[in-house]
Amino acid sequence: MTYIAKPLFHHPQLPTNALGFTHRDYEGRVSTLCAGCGHDSISAAIIQACFELSLPPHKIAKLSGIGCSSKTPAYFLDASHGFNSVHGRMPSVLTGANLANRDLIYLGVSGDGDSASIGLGQFAHCLRRGVNMVYIVENNGVYGLTKGQFSATADKGSKSKRGAVNTDSPIDLVGLALELGASFVARSFSGDKAQLVPLIKAALLHKGAAFLDVISPCVAFNNHPGSTKSFDYVRAHNEAVNRLDFIAGREELTADYAPGTLEVVVQHDGSVLRLRKLAADYDPQDRLSALNYLRRQQAAGEIVTGLLFVDPDAGDLHDFLDTVETPLNALGEEELCPGPEILAQFNAAHR
Amino acid sequence: MPKPLEAVNDFVVKFSNVNGSGSASANALFAKSILRMGVPASSRNIFPSNIQGLPTWFEVRVSEKGHLGRRGGVDLMVAMNPETWDEDVAEIEPGGYLFYDATKPLPASKFRNDISIIGAPLTAICNREYADPRQRQLFKNILYLGALSALLDMDVAAIETLIGEQFRGKDALIRPNVKALHLGRDWALAHAECPIGLRLRRANAVGERIFITGNEAAALGCVYGGATVAGWYPITPSSSFAEAFAAYCRRYRRDPVSKQHRYAVIQAEDELAAIGIVIGAAWNGARAFTATSGPGVSLMQEFLGLAYFAEIPAVIFDIQRGSPSTGMPTRTQQADILSCAHASHGDTKHVLLFPQDPNEAFLFAADALDLADRLQTPVFVMMDLDIGMNEWLIPPLSWDPRRRYDRGKVLSFADLEKGVEFGRYLDVDGDGIPYRTYPGTHPTRGAYFTRGTTKDRYGRYTEEGSAYVDNVQRLLHKFETAKGRAPRPIRQKAKEPTRLGAIYFGSTAPAMTEALEALEERGIRLDTLRVRAFPFHDDVLDFIAAHDKVFVVEQNRDAQLRTLLIVEGEIDPKKLVPILHYDGTPITARFIENAIAERLSVVPLAPLRKALP
Repeated sequence: MTYIAKPLFHHPQLPTNALGFTHRDYEGRVSTLCAGCGHDSISAAIIQACFELSLPPHKIAKLSGIGCSSKTPAYFLDASHGFNSVHGRMPSVLTGANLANRDLIYLGVSGDGDSASIGLGQFAHCLRRGVNMVYIVENNGVYGLTKGQFSATADKGSKSKRGAVNTDSPIDLVGLALELGASFVARSFSGDKAQLVPLIKAALLHKGAAFLDVISPCVAFNNHPGSTKSFDYVRAHNEAVNRLDFIAGREELTADYAPGTLEVVVQHDGSVLRLRKLAADYDPQDRLSALNYLRRQQAAGEIVTGLLFVDPDAGDLHDFLDTVETPLNALGEEELCPGPEILAQFNAAHR
Repeated sequence: MPKPLEAVNDFVVKFSNVNGSGSASANALFAKSILRMGVPASSRNIFPSNIQGLPTWFEVRVSEKGHLGRRGGVDLMVAMNPETWDEDVAEIEPGGYLFYDATKPLPASKFRNDISIIGAPLTAICNREYADPRQRQLFKNILYLGALSALLDMDVAAIETLIGEQFRGKDALIRPNVKALHLGRDWALAHAECPIGLRLRRANAVGERIFITGNEAAALGCVYGGATVAGWYPITPSSSFAEAFAAYCRRYRRDPVSKQHRYAVIQAEDELAAIGIVIGAAWNGARAFTATSGPGVSLMQEFLGLAYFAEIPAVIFDIQRGSPSTGMPTRTQQADILSCAHASHGDTKHVLLFPQDPNEAFLFAADALDLADRLQTPVFVMMDLDIGMNEWLIPPLSWDPRRRYDRGKVLSFADLEKGVEFGRYLDVDGDGIPYRTYPGTHPTRGAYFTRGTTKDRYGRYTEEGSAYVDNVQRLLHKFETAKGRAPRPIRQKAKEPTRLGAIYFGSTAPAMTEALEALEERGIRLDTLRVRAFPFHDDVLDFIAAHDKVFVVEQNRDAQLRTLLIVEGEIDPKKLVPILHYDGTPITARFIENAIAERLSVVPLAPLRKALP
């Protein structure tokens, strides 16, 4: 029903957030993806996260590459500027945008073809630079828009809809992100909104390169028996290491936790991450053991989800470059042009 | 033997060296000391893609008259590389001079009898004076500089001053260098006839001019022009551009109080990311550029199409080199004209600027940043290795303090608040240029979705053919607007009316000026037009229409500018005669002169018969 224009009116008593916006103010156009697509659930989770955090929509810039996932920024945050760039190159465009104005929130949306195949290089380099952003990969192991080819995250031995068996080893983006120095790394499942929304919220408040791998089954091409990215398979093998319950620092701790099951992480901006431990020995602030744990569970066929790593005190690219506080796009002649006297000295030094 | 060449302040010296032997600084000292004597000179480094061991040359043109292009031919060869001995000796003009290291005797067959030969035992002197092998190597260069100072009657005090300036801060090095200089000079004074027929005489012809490479000048132009974001990937001959930009920013672009940086330079993982960073930054309202060369432009193609279609200002400096593929990375060409004019897939046309020297590179860098913002499109500044990496003697750089950055059509918060109608691709003013908004400007107005694919005037997604046509027609209209905004061509009339014309551009300019003078002496008169931008201003087509035959002088094989002229101006190809130089060395005045004269003797034209004696 994508041909029907989305009506703007809504119930007058729809709840509002601290900015006076309703949930509807964070929505976008009607999705043109297939009915039941996991990506639409992720869009809904993004909308909910931004609404609940009371983020001003116009202060968010949403960028994407090419593919089904990269179409989704049109389906949320209509009051934000969006940029649907070229295949696999969202990270560089986002990096440039971030350099131009450090005051906005940058949300990069990509897919497994976009990030793990054509764009693997840019994926790697924007993480190692520590660009302050939320980078979401909507991971379904398959090329949707070109109708069902394997992507680089498809597991070895998994079957395509047509019955072909994938013989290539998969690329694990979470493992790569940990290796490359991302300061916030999480994995979730589009079918688990309760897990996904708090993770997006925490990532949005994180300063530094935040990466979220969201398994998002493709109902058209990769939701059959033999696929390791189907709803059934992911539900059966989902092993969450923790549950992120609250992130707003001001709220009082009301729930009861058994001793030793709660980990509290305070992020750079003061936001508090309350992690309910599910895997007893899992330490989300230890990059090396996170990698080990991930590899072990992966070998056992489990899909590890949750907040896998966070460095609450991470810096970002602007810190590393030591750029001024004022966004670069707000500087004028006064701040940028050295003027004729300097030029006269420059000339003199070249005679 | 022909009479030895005699010339004062007008000759060509070529140094033949081994790469990595430390010759570059001695050779640069030679060129600069000529300038300090008030005599105009230019130098060209002809170097290999190598750090150590391969042949490298340094050619110095001395011309009190101010002809600073390559002339062609060599009057004095300083042959310091046995590997290229034969070709070096062969290149000397009859009556010219050969200076070489005579420590090891060479058979008579290795010489010519129509040139003057000066053999100095450089290695022997060095071995006698210095124990350290590296010093023996380095001071040999200073030694030949000293010998030349006597042979050419140079002002030795000027060289000493320069040595002092060069090693300021490392003062311990000054004395040994001056000593080596005099070792060479004393040898020449004692053993050779000084001066030779070529000599320098103090003049007052340099004036306020400065000596600088185009990469440095253009990088400074980016600083003055307000660029704040640079994304780049190392590639010869453009790397020194981004490095100069970063160096000037460290000096001139810090907050006076916090010392924090008012710029961001990212050395990207490849050229794709470099242009991606530029596009992202420009989309978000920062002035951004990249510097690259032909292979880099090839890698940027997809992104350039996006920037064209999504209408994002991006400035690309293409420091052209020998192409295609890896080609001759350390040699010069003007061979990316077509690949830049039509960069990317689909129907695209891009604005190109053609600076003639580092001075214009400085100006055009700032102009390109204005133009890109004004036109909301990628703008290429087409430099080449000759301009980019060689030091040119140019008028001092100047900047009008009243100049304001033209940020183009950007709606502010106040505009949006007033309720101005906003359609991202709506042609409000009839010039094909729409208005844009920066992300984050207004809470509820002015947001739009940027995409390469089809859209309507309001930025809404559509695959309607009519909306597509409407959009790309407007882009053509915008390209028309660019004609009047880009730098205008420069026309120069011959001394007498002529039906012959010549079009040239970029680094060909100084050689062209000299060639025109020589042609004039042979009775061949040409009106000229120097193209400074694409799309072509109406003046360009008027010029072609006003002449029977127009030579198009270029440094590429396929006459690429001529192709653009034929296509854009619907010109009869027979009317445009290609003069092409593409061996990777900078074009010479003699080449142009001879090529044009030759074409005219083969194709007699009515006006020519009148012109020739």
